Amino acid sequence: MEAHIKEHPAWFHRFDASWTPTVLILHSNGTERYRIEGYLPKEEFRAQLELGLARVVFKEKKWSDAERDYNAIVQNHPESDAAPEAMYWAAVSHYKGTNDHTILGKVAQQLEQKYPDSIWTKKALPWSGH
Amino acid sequence: MPVQWSKDVDSALEEAKASRRPLLLDFSAAPA
Repeated sequence: MEAHIKEHPAWFHRFDASWTPTVLILHSNGTERYRIEGYLPKEEFRAQLELGLARVVFKEKKWSDAERDYNAIVQNHPESDAAPEAMYWAAVSHYKGTNDHTILGKVAQQLEQKYPDSIWTKKALPWSGH
Repeated sequence: MPVQWSKDVDSALEEAKASRRPLLLDFSAAPA
């Protein structure tokens, strides 16, 4: 659905869109699952959209499907800012689906190696015992 | 493949619900 500020200002208010561009990904029941605010280059935008779709699956508690989708983002967009976030949530999805906590420490190490400056690496620090 | 953009939020929400598919909303101020 496309909304222009001049044509549909009420929809901006309805969905609390206070800046453009804003892109929302909603679950089929209308619940917001992901929000992208501000311009992004094409490749980064594509990766963020895929993060949003993976988030929909994650929130449905379809853990193996979510893990697959997040891992696909890491594989398909390894240089994007979305990749470390996807790696983090793939680990969470795996843990939730299997109760195998060892994945968290492994992924924390991978994040440190591949994406040392990412905030998602910092978020994973407790997983590696730091 | 071109995107088929809906211009009606309520019908888009209904369609998403019926098809059980996620809905993408794009809020823009860009010139048409």
